Amino acid sequence: MDILNFILEPLQYAFMFKAVAVSTVVGVACAILSCFLVLKGWSLLGDAISHAVLPGVVLAYMLGIPFGLGAFVFAMLAVTMIGYIKNNTKIKEDAVMGIVFTTLFALGLMLISKIISSVDLTHVLFGEVLGISDNDAWYTFIILALVSIVVLVFRRTFLLFCFDPIHAQSLGLPVRFIHYAFLSLLAVTITGSIQTVGIILVIAMLITPGSTAFLLTKRFSTMLQIAIGISIISSLIGAYSSYYFNIATGGTIVFVQGCIFLLVFTYQTIAANHKKRQQLEPK
Amino acid sequence: MDSKDIAISLKGVNVKYNNNVALKDTSIDIPYHSFTGVIGMNGAGKSTLFKAIMGLVTPQTGTITICGDDPSTAQKHGHVAYVPQSELVDWDFPVSVYEVVMMGRVGTQNIFKTASNIDHETVRVALERVNMTAFKDRQIGELSGGQKKRVFVARALAQGADILLLDEPFAGLDATTEKSLIALLISLKEGGKTIILATHDLLSLPDTCDHVALVKSTIIAYGKTKEVFTRELVEKTFDGTLNHIKFN
Repeated sequence: MDILNFILEPLQYAFMFKAVAVSTVVGVACAILSCFLVLKGWSLLGDAISHAVLPGVVLAYMLGIPFGLGAFVFAMLAVTMIGYIKNNTKIKEDAVMGIVFTTLFALGLMLISKIISSVDLTHVLFGEVLGISDNDAWYTFIILALVSIVVLVFRRTFLLFCFDPIHAQSLGLPVRFIHYAFLSLLAVTITGSIQTVGIILVIAMLITPGSTAFLLTKRFSTMLQIAIGISIISSLIGAYSSYYFNIATGGTIVFVQGCIFLLVFTYQTIAANHKKRQQLEPK
Repeated sequence: MDSKDIAISLKGVNVKYNNNVALKDTSIDIPYHSFTGVIGMNGAGKSTLFKAIMGLVTPQTGTITICGDDPSTAQKHGHVAYVPQSELVDWDFPVSVYEVVMMGRVGTQNIFKTASNIDHETVRVALERVNMTAFKDRQIGELSGGQKKRVFVARALAQGADILLLDEPFAGLDATTEKSLIALLISLKEGGKTIILATHDLLSLPDTCDHVALVKSTIIAYGKTKEVFTRELVEKTFDGTLNHIKFN
């Protein structure tokens, strides 16, 4: 069996096994969150957080603590700053986000230029899952598996929060807590994804699968399933491309996701036009 | 009026956002089983009044009593249900009619929000009541304007609310649809609900609402429609002459 061999042979190597496992769990966690982000209209917030964590990552590197911890602190800092500035000025949220995340990202670049080599910088920005250490692999796997489980278990509450927060609040649900819980889960996911796809590309993983699935269904449960499916397939293609063709994992994952989105979009546009033409034709 | 006949009571309520006064020294007693139209200019404080009733804003001073409870207890009991303005709902959202009505049950559900048999039965009855059973599996965007309103009314019923707050429920509806929605609301009132709606539709108001609240940073007047919906008071509310409306 050539195909079986093609799939199984790389898994004999520990680094490849880790890469496949980590990429998959990153894909699943990002896909689940992407469904909520897209519906809530919060895609930009994912973008903002993913950039804002850079100084946290660098500081963690300096202090020798896990990347995720440093990143999480800065993610929450960014979210708090965005919320505070927005509530106390007339500047609109998109501009506030732009200012906060670019400033923090710039701080990260400054720190990096002083402290670590350009090779490491590339890894932080674009990920390097094939070189992930055992500890980091476990950390990523456990954290993201936990996030996925928590979000799925409380999916009805998060869905209500996205759809009609006023209704939720009028029934005494702790909407503010849900809001920050969701942002925390998002921050954790982004930090956990850094080593696989890097902080630049994680934003794509948090938007594209949910958007593609949204085009394909009118049911939220189906949307979740499709997004997860797309994400896993893309992650696997990414990991295997790295192994066989020596192409960047993160880049491949995101590129495949973008291609799937375009395919779905094109198919739907053609199908809609076809249907319209059929309706116009005289019987 | 006896206090046990009062569904909603505001006494000396002041609400400020930063330094903007939204409601000033506002008092109102809305009786059970009444159908109240809330009118006033944009920015007059209608939505703040609604938010205060729903417990979404806490007044700086004054007290609010909902069905005998303070606002946060009222929230836990689900006394007040809200039917949002159509333009504030994301109609592309991937939820079905049934799922939206089920959202009325979240206040009584466990932390995972799983639906019990009682929840399913309550949702079924609510859909039946507003005549939407046949559409229960539709995505909410695949409905007409009147049907969309009925879904949210059904959600209020599933919640078991005594008080229904509707924000501009007739905006964008044609005359026939508006009439049938009014008929539904009146029949709910006769069944024991207290209906409160914010509306710009002054023409149909006297036929719809048995009570009127005039809002201009405070409650200028509240009472039976035939007593309060007068040219003098309404023109005072809207800062102008209203020649196209017939008053008693």
